[in-house]
Amino acid sequence: MKHRTFFWFILPSAAAMILFIALPVGSVFLQSLHIEHEQVLRTVENCGPFGCTEETVVDRAATEELRAAQPLGRFAGLSNYTDRNHLAFAELSRMWERSDSFADFTRRAMTLPFWRAMAFTLTFTFAVTPLVLTLGLAIALGVNSLPRVFRGPTIFVSLLPMIVTPLIGSLVLYWMVDSRGVLGAFLQTVTNDPNLSLRASPTLTWIMLIVYGVWSSAPFAFIVFYAGLQTVPEEPLEAAMIDGANRWQRIRYVVIPHLMPLAIFITLMQLMDNFRVFEPIVGFQAQASATSLSYNIFNYLRGDAAQFGAAATTSMLTIFGVVVLLTPVLIRTWRDFNRKGH
Amino acid sequence: MTRTFRVAACSSVLALGLATGASADCGIESGSVSILGNDFPALQAVVAGAQACATDSVAVTSNLTADHRDLQVAALTANPSQYSVAVVANGSIVPLMNAGLIRPLDDLVAAYGDALQPTQLVRIEGQVMAVAFMANAQHLFYRSDILEQAGVASPETLDDVLAAAEAIRAQGIMQHPVAMVSGAGWNLAQEFVNLYLGHGGSFFEPGSAAPAINNDAGLAALEALSALTSYSNPDFLTFDSNSVQALWEAGEVALMMHWGSRGAGILSGENSTPEITGSTVLAAAPTVDDAGRPATTLWWDGFTIAANASDEDAAASFRAMLNGITPERIAENSALAVWLGEGYTPTPASAGVVASAEGGAASYPMSPYMGLMHTALGDNLAGFLQGSASAEETLETIESAYITAARGQGFLN
Repeated sequence: MKHRTFFWFILPSAAAMILFIALPVGSVFLQSLHIEHEQVLRTVENCGPFGCTEETVVDRAATEELRAAQPLGRFAGLSNYTDRNHLAFAELSRMWERSDSFADFTRRAMTLPFWRAMAFTLTFTFAVTPLVLTLGLAIALGVNSLPRVFRGPTIFVSLLPMIVTPLIGSLVLYWMVDSRGVLGAFLQTVTNDPNLSLRASPTLTWIMLIVYGVWSSAPFAFIVFYAGLQTVPEEPLEAAMIDGANRWQRIRYVVIPHLMPLAIFITLMQLMDNFRVFEPIVGFQAQASATSLSYNIFNYLRGDAAQFGAAATTSMLTIFGVVVLLTPVLIRTWRDFNRKGH
Repeated sequence: MTRTFRVAACSSVLALGLATGASADCGIESGSVSILGNDFPALQAVVAGAQACATDSVAVTSNLTADHRDLQVAALTANPSQYSVAVVANGSIVPLMNAGLIRPLDDLVAAYGDALQPTQLVRIEGQVMAVAFMANAQHLFYRSDILEQAGVASPETLDDVLAAAEAIRAQGIMQHPVAMVSGAGWNLAQEFVNLYLGHGGSFFEPGSAAPAINNDAGLAALEALSALTSYSNPDFLTFDSNSVQALWEAGEVALMMHWGSRGAGILSGENSTPEITGSTVLAAAPTVDDAGRPATTLWWDGFTIAANASDEDAAASFRAMLNGITPERIAENSALAVWLGEGYTPTPASAGVVASAEGGAASYPMSPYMGLMHTALGDNLAGFLQGSASAEETLETIESAYITAARGQGFLN
């Protein structure tokens, strides 16, 4: 293709990407370098139903003036990135000095919002992604070997977890694992421990969230693999059978290599999706035991005072995290592509 | 046939519309009233009163939702603002004040507010910024039958509550007799605020935004919180107002700290048995030390008028809201809340709030940075209750989380 033709061909999508992706990311980055103006405070007397009190208020006229002069806020450089809410280098080194063991250091570091969210986000991503891949493949192979009549209904039922809105799905499970819900009560009976509560223990909460993640994403992997299975050529399979390969060997040496590009696609999608885990934390009201980067952004933005600087910084670090996670997979794909091209 | 049905349906809707239009006599000529607020029965009653002012030339709409705090600043920043009325409490008026989104009401009060009591006018720097219509506070609910069965007297202090809980547990009546609105986040922070102010603590250095909770009162409040939740269901970090009310109505707890505004619903027995409602007693929040101050905070709920609404809409909104709190309406809805206006006769449902106020409970602080402190508390208290941090570490963590947020918001340097 000529460069000129290529330029006109790519222009509409490039324009849309600049408008809807590059500019917003740029503006979030700019916001992450700023903090709010200094608030001008004054003490006044407030009176109400419960009597009068001396109270501090924000001097609005003075603060407004500062704001009009610099709408973005005060420039703070990278201080939002290094403060306690994010990378927290100063806090970490102080904690290191005060800890008597590595376990103690980890425990202290888990009070820092960014690292606490990172610990759960990474655990969730690296537990859910491989489980979704294996479970999705297993379901696809199972459904593919069913008699044709049963396939339609089975596919429909297997897709249900993906059809349910994530927030609703997690709320449904949340009530099921309640100590009076069907799963919670069952677990209490089985373990003979009337105090067992999936919601009370951080470890069990993490496991519950991971199980939910696998449950809700496995259908996606399943349907992609199932579509891929329809394209596996008959000849190599028959050849393998003649060579005496059993079912497992046929899957391992013929089917899986054939599905590899799909597996990479699913891995990419899952790494991105799981890294921004959010709904189950809200649905399971799990914030006492597990927070994620996306949950932190949500938390900064709601409530009485939206902390735009902190939210923007967490957003930038999330984008950075996604890039780091995807780079190895992308490099691999790029190499494969080049090999095939030559 | 469908057609006849439709015509009939339409004409009855019209008739209904005309009926409400005809019955309303708020004297408003024209304007548009839209109300944003929290969602509980007393507020629904006030808004129903405002809606009765709707005529052909006066439109009254409302959005009552538990998420109102997250919406209000953005909705009132728009010009013209999305809502002409924001129903707020002493905690949630502050962000609107900080951003200058609500208007002084002195002229409207002078023109239309003769019936208002002076105590209903919330004055900030001498200007009336809100009209309060009800009071609320968390207080103690207990089951007299269970306490009798356990052989303990009605609890007045925190130690009484803990002793009663221990007796109930020891006698095998209930394993988890205590419930509080202790879900991690805002709710758990509110429990700490109640206990901390009960110990006479203050959150900030005098005259500054610097935090001051790392002290004996803070340690005592944490200890009290941990003692109370040790008698709670292990799921306590996921409890919100609705789930705690449901536990009470199911008869699963015998001692509860809950909002007074829930009292009417609980006593109505709609979701409960006569045995439970009959033995439910509403009492002052327990005292925590010798000072004898109930460990709770007093809240008022009131309405404010948006600065970015037209003068016509502001006047219409003010008058429509006044129609929601007329003496007749308050008399009719006495059971729903502790009303501040004329016409209110106390009912059993108000006993807890009134007793807490008479006991000298503190009101919730209105400092501009209290919201940041509340958030810092909500984010960091759960670790202590789960046993992953000591009390001293937790207070230190809360202070440093608050300082980071206050720096980002420009309150501290």
